[in-house]
Amino acid sequence: MPNALGLERADYKGGTSTLCPGCGHDSISNQIISAAYDLGLPMHRVIKLSGIGCSSKTPAYFLKGSHGFNSVHGRMPSVATGATTANSDLIAIGVSGDGDTGSIGFGQFKHLIRRNVPMVYIIENNGVYGLTKGQFSATSDAGQELKYYGRNELPAIDLCLEAIIGGATFVARSFSGDAKQAQTLIKAAISHRGTAVIDIISPCVTFNNDPKSNKSYDYGKKNEIALHEIDFMPKGYVPAREEITVDDYAAGESIQVRMHDGSYITLKKLDNDHDPRSRAAAISVLEQAQREEKFMTGLIYYEEPRMTFGETMNITDTPLTHLPDSKLRPSRDALEAIMKEHM
Amino acid sequence: MTVELQTNVQSQYTGQPIVNDFALMVATKNGSGSQTSNAVIIRSLYRMGIPVSGKNLFPSNIKGLPTWYTIRASKDGYIARRATTEIAVCFNQDTAAEDIANLPAGGVVIIPKDWKWGQSRPDVIYYEVPIKEIMAKTDIPSDFRDRIANMIYVGAVAYLFDLPLDIVNRALADQFNGKPKPTAMNFGVVELAYEWSKENLDKSLQPFRFEPMNLTQGKILIEGNEAAALGSLFGGVTVVAWYPITPSTSLVDGILDHLDIRKDPDTGKNTVAIVQAEDELSAIGTIIGAGWAGSRSMTATSGPGISLMAEFAGLAYFAEIPCVIWDITRTGPSTGLPTRTSQGDLLFIHFLSHGDTRQVVLLPGSVKECFEFGWRSFDYADQLQTPIFVMSDLDLGMNLWLSDPFDYPDQPINHGKVLDKDQLEAFIAEHGEWYRYKDYDGDGIGYRTIPGTDHNRAAYFTRGTGHNEKATYSERGDDWVNNLYRLRHKMENARALLPQPIVDHDPAKKIGILSYGSNDPAILEARDLLAAAGIQTNYMRVRALPFADSVRDFVLNHERVYVVENNFDGQMAQILRMEIPEDNRHMISLACGDTLPLSAQWVFDHVVQHENK
Repeated sequence: MPNALGLERADYKGGTSTLCPGCGHDSISNQIISAAYDLGLPMHRVIKLSGIGCSSKTPAYFLKGSHGFNSVHGRMPSVATGATTANSDLIAIGVSGDGDTGSIGFGQFKHLIRRNVPMVYIIENNGVYGLTKGQFSATSDAGQELKYYGRNELPAIDLCLEAIIGGATFVARSFSGDAKQAQTLIKAAISHRGTAVIDIISPCVTFNNDPKSNKSYDYGKKNEIALHEIDFMPKGYVPAREEITVDDYAAGESIQVRMHDGSYITLKKLDNDHDPRSRAAAISVLEQAQREEKFMTGLIYYEEPRMTFGETMNITDTPLTHLPDSKLRPSRDALEAIMKEHM
Repeated sequence: MTVELQTNVQSQYTGQPIVNDFALMVATKNGSGSQTSNAVIIRSLYRMGIPVSGKNLFPSNIKGLPTWYTIRASKDGYIARRATTEIAVCFNQDTAAEDIANLPAGGVVIIPKDWKWGQSRPDVIYYEVPIKEIMAKTDIPSDFRDRIANMIYVGAVAYLFDLPLDIVNRALADQFNGKPKPTAMNFGVVELAYEWSKENLDKSLQPFRFEPMNLTQGKILIEGNEAAALGSLFGGVTVVAWYPITPSTSLVDGILDHLDIRKDPDTGKNTVAIVQAEDELSAIGTIIGAGWAGSRSMTATSGPGISLMAEFAGLAYFAEIPCVIWDITRTGPSTGLPTRTSQGDLLFIHFLSHGDTRQVVLLPGSVKECFEFGWRSFDYADQLQTPIFVMSDLDLGMNLWLSDPFDYPDQPINHGKVLDKDQLEAFIAEHGEWYRYKDYDGDGIGYRTIPGTDHNRAAYFTRGTGHNEKATYSERGDDWVNNLYRLRHKMENARALLPQPIVDHDPAKKIGILSYGSNDPAILEARDLLAAAGIQTNYMRVRALPFADSVRDFVLNHERVYVVENNFDGQMAQILRMEIPEDNRHMISLACGDTLPLSAQWVFDHVVQHENK
């Protein structure tokens, strides 16, 4: 069935994946395709960016109508910063991995968030280096065992915790085996104005899918604890209604978060009382999950967006890329005046 | 023919004045405020119409380490660094002994009387000036006293060597942007020192005098980094990403200082985004992202930053993304001497990145060219779809230079081969296809689209991995080789597009000098010295890599070619040897690399030494 733009879901596909059959990353690509199709995203306005690694190959496998950029290892955030600064009309979707984000690109990840560069930043987190054949990554859990490299004695970096501490305004965790939730979070992230981080646990079927590994399908399916049942209503599909406040949530079953562009996220309460609009609660829920070795997913933190990076620089609303030449080159008089100042 | 090496020693004063042809060195401590005093002396000479140049030899330090500032007046218009200075203003006790020892016989010392330094050299003139006594006559608030005390030597210099006080006053007003209060406060001290000197010092003991000329009229005084900043703004830069590093910092500061000329007249908003990145990796990543997205983007850095940028530079070269990288070079390897000049990055940036890479490098030789290459670099980047490196250096970038005013760009902005929606439609109608990396015109350069182009065939995938002309991933050997052939072809064509060398060639002369960048003033002066000594030379100043074809001809058409440069290894000579496979044993590498701006004396001495062999 064609979407609002008259496009079929197949139109949002990309090239054929060259990842291992069953790779979690492919199902994430599928969720991106579905999200873009459902939302009726104009593909020409989307840019797909990545670093290096298995995850970073995936932008070639979705949204063939969008410009893609497979850059260098760990430095996709800076490329995204430049591209979105040059053209604020672009909808940027970045795909990274746990090595790309948690190790070589850790600094750029933190600084992207600090600047609040408007983009969706998806981490396809499998806790292992795939392309180099199975080394531990910085998100591998302590005690994890790998065939060749033995036992990991170092604590894992929690990328959601890092994102929140770094100042991210949209932080979520999901599981590639939980298609509906992942897709809903991706849709909401696209509506977010600022850096939206989604850490998606995505099993590596070749190097890290032992049922004992907490990045495996088995583990995820058995242990995932969703914080809420999440729904996303994009702008235009929402019946007009008053924004529901935190108090309503305390009283009842669900909370609605009105996003900057007029979309709504609806969170239905499950077994816990997590309010993603509290930074302290978000940090606490992640630390609890860490402590109790629980796999908690969902929208962990959401904050009314602060200024985007472009806004902090007071650049023109017209994308810099679209400025006419007359606004790129000052006049002859302007040069003469400066020359006189130097005489 | 044997030529006698000239001695550096100034002859003893014989009663004849030496007018507008000497150099003065001011030794102070870093952070003491002496920069203002030195600039005022330079601006005064400029206002008197005397060709002048200033070289700041400063430490990598905020406050306290020694700094030397050399001011050269030259009636003949020579603005290169002078190897010798006749006058030393010794305001740093830590270096005074050495500063005095370095003076030629007949030299002049200006030194605080308060130090009771003594006069150990009978062959130089000492002028002792009492700092405390003069400052006691002022009512300057204590916060400013130490800094303004430097104006005492300005007053003494003004009296001893004939700088008219009204001109000094105007120079001070220039320095303080016309603000009356600081101008008056500083000028008060200059006047007191001038009067004191007049009453207590005998200027007839030495011959050095400034006299008004008319050689600076219509000229400007400017630093190369500010010139580069202006050039970039007139070139249409919209995204600047950088990480602060000496000596490039003042380039981006220059963009900030002049940002008003790029405010959008309709909205008052900025048309230039300036991103202070977390490191140079991020800085170049940001400009590559911006260049890919269709904006004119640049960064400015120095050697250590260039080292960090190597990987991304290869990506931009291979994925063919325009951007501009200014390298304001300092000495390396490693941290090296962050505040000393060098041309030591030439080889590195020309081949920056692993794999088979050949980067374009522009080599401005003056502040005027810093401006010109500032705007042209974006056109080259867009036309060639590649990173453009512009190699300036600390000397050119951070010192004040006398120059003709800059010429307004004589060509409209050239965005190169970019297809917008309609152009893409027309292109496909004509060719039945469009592939990003296909060479449709035989010049090695494909057509690109930029993200956001509203056409269902505009998208392509940019990658640093192997790709074919359709921009799809390919591990095929023939795809790889074809791509590199095309890139090589593109670079071969660039030779004719890029700035051609400046040549002064008389076929009757058998000796050539080949150089580049900020060495130009020293070489121009050295050629005059050599000619006076009977050695006639031709001169080629190379302005871009890869070389123009005329470079090869110049090298092959001389009996001897001296390749003069300011690095230790003779990097330009190495590139020439590599590119000119013919017998090039007649090419002699004269590589200085002593951390200072090149002097004519050094060039003269080394050429003569070799000619005498």
